[in-house]
Amino acid sequence: MKINGAQILFRSLKEEGVDTIFGYPGGAVLDIFDAMVRHFSGDFRFVLVRHEQAAVHAADGYARATGRPGICLVTSGPGGTNTVTGLATAYMDSIPVIVFTGQVPTPLIGNDAFQEADIVGITRPCTKHNYLVSRVDDLATTIKEAFIIATTGRPGPVLVDLPKDVAQAKAVFEYPHTLKLPSYKTTVKPHMPSIKRAAELITTAERPVIYAGGGVISSAAYKELRTFAEMTGFPVAMTLMGLGCFPGTHPLSLGMLGMHGTYRANMAVANSDLLFAVGARFDDRVTGKLEEFATNAKIIHVDIDPTSIQKTIAVDIPIVADARDVLVKLIEVLKNKGYSAKSGKRLKDWHALLTRWRSEQRLRFDRSTETIKPQFVVEKLYEITSGKAIISTEVGQNQMWAAQYYLFDRPRTLLTSGGLGTMGYGFPAAIGAQIAFPDRLVIDIAGDGSIQMNIQELATVAQYQLPVKIAILNNGFLGMVRQWQERFYDNIYAHTDITASPDFVKLAEAYGAVGLRARNTAEVEPTIKKALQIKGPVIMDFIVEREEGVYPMVPSGSSIKEMILV
Amino acid sequence: MQDRHVISVLVENKPGVLARVSGMFSGRGFNIHSLAVAPTTDPQYSRMTVVTAGNEQIIEQIIKQLRKLINVVKVQDLTSGDYVDREMVLVRVKASAVERPQVLSTADIFRAKVVDVANDSITVEVTGTQNKIDAILRLLAPIGIMELIRTGTVAIPRGKKDLKHKGAS
Repeated sequence: MKINGAQILFRSLKEEGVDTIFGYPGGAVLDIFDAMVRHFSGDFRFVLVRHEQAAVHAADGYARATGRPGICLVTSGPGGTNTVTGLATAYMDSIPVIVFTGQVPTPLIGNDAFQEADIVGITRPCTKHNYLVSRVDDLATTIKEAFIIATTGRPGPVLVDLPKDVAQAKAVFEYPHTLKLPSYKTTVKPHMPSIKRAAELITTAERPVIYAGGGVISSAAYKELRTFAEMTGFPVAMTLMGLGCFPGTHPLSLGMLGMHGTYRANMAVANSDLLFAVGARFDDRVTGKLEEFATNAKIIHVDIDPTSIQKTIAVDIPIVADARDVLVKLIEVLKNKGYSAKSGKRLKDWHALLTRWRSEQRLRFDRSTETIKPQFVVEKLYEITSGKAIISTEVGQNQMWAAQYYLFDRPRTLLTSGGLGTMGYGFPAAIGAQIAFPDRLVIDIAGDGSIQMNIQELATVAQYQLPVKIAILNNGFLGMVRQWQERFYDNIYAHTDITASPDFVKLAEAYGAVGLRARNTAEVEPTIKKALQIKGPVIMDFIVEREEGVYPMVPSGSSIKEMILV
Repeated sequence: MQDRHVISVLVENKPGVLARVSGMFSGRGFNIHSLAVAPTTDPQYSRMTVVTAGNEQIIEQIIKQLRKLINVVKVQDLTSGDYVDREMVLVRVKASAVERPQVLSTADIFRAKVVDVANDSITVEVTGTQNKIDAILRLLAPIGIMELIRTGTVAIPRGKKDLKHKGAS
């Protein structure tokens, strides 16, 4: 029996185990939305957002929280172009998201038809791959390919463009369960001689550091990383994307490294003699000045993407493979060498030094003020939620304070736009996570600037009564840019004052959510507690110290040893 | 060291593949000196010859980024081995009756073919390495080059080191 392209799409999604779709309807996808409601009403939970950008961020948040691909369905033209920021965000952070866009009918493509955009051309550099499906017979295979490509190797977003006539045309549905992609090479087995050489360095290093990134989370290598760290006694510094891949409260955790990393993490890396990088890509926010990055260290670099290796920094032992496979093999080789925690005794001096750095320069802020310190809000959120919430962040100071003061013990509990740095990411991402885990506590740590970039999603949380909690660290500034202006641009605050913002409490109420405000330090804890007792969505508006800065800070282009501490 | 590299890329013959390859170069700030592309004997695949320049690290990154593209089947840096490369040029030279013998003899020395003659010009087809083409153009330039079209380099490894992929030839 032949069915139309729209039905083939949903049958294929069912084959892939999809049950949740984020999106927004439109002219070019009328047939697809019609089929969803007419033929598949019980099969999918469709989440109607209020802007397509939010649909992609929500799908991305869903993917980060669950490890499963996030699915998005939008219309042609502006529907597609509105997904670009979401795709670029997911691409930079290697998140499996699949976006289906409507397209004008194939005979109209190229005619500048109404709501036509060359979305495949536009999104080519910000997707792992993309497709224009020009024949209904290719649809099922294309969807299968899209899932394979999005979820394997280094994951990433894939876009599939569906012309209206393809959605209407009929074909026999046959879903390919396996597919050979001749030109797509995924995982390679770890190169054993390299692993053995790495093991040599590991057993002899005196000042080793593990530098763990988001790849550890993508490959679900957290257990293996912990085993590896504990058996070697190596301390673990994490990237922003890596937070949660190793418990933040673990004695071997150094916290985050890089521009706003902890003093001890940056000092450890700067003074190390062996850097074991896994699932990380030596991003400029991590390395600072490349010429002075870990100059005395031998570097082992494990990454599934060959382009990440030797891209910015020369490494001694490159290992292209899945992080988990490598750690499993490495643990095996070390065990066979008779290596155990005791062998780590030679690291006693190193551990003493790490402890000294820790006690010398802890993360700190002035606790005596009546005015709310933003760090205090994050610290209280951490305490009151016992560190068990799923936290999403916006981008800027709010993001860095969340990374510093909320200790992530579990993977997939921090949702943040690391690579692209997308303001407006956190709230829709929180929606995606809340849809995936209706019973878990999901909090978006936001700034008063970022939250306004996707504030319309209050309508979405109100419609679905999603209990997402938003904590706005409201300083009336685009705070991170203001901080740079204070430090490096002679205090000239060029267009970063945004005191002309709405009353967030009233705004929440206007959308049918609850708004709470805290004006001084004493009100912080009661406000959080009250918010957590409310079943529906809540905005907490914390009026914080206006000119608080994020520290430590490595000025852009400086060595990571050169931290501004306060 | 900005060394010249000739990179042969076997790609799936699908819409948009050229844009993916050229977009990768421009998006990441790599140079393309020339790029030639046409289907292989198996029409499912095309072969591109890209001439680029860069230091060792840049060339390594170019090759890895090419391999990362989904439609790219095989990438080979021909410069690392023994290979033959050729480029073809069509050049129209200003040539009245007076200059004609000079153009013809120059063409003859370089084993170039005359493909068109008009009252005031001669069009010559030259095939060869970049050096040879540069040399003949240097000699023709003073006579007066009116128009010039180059194909860009195509290249193939010598001997048995083929670029075949299973199913492609």
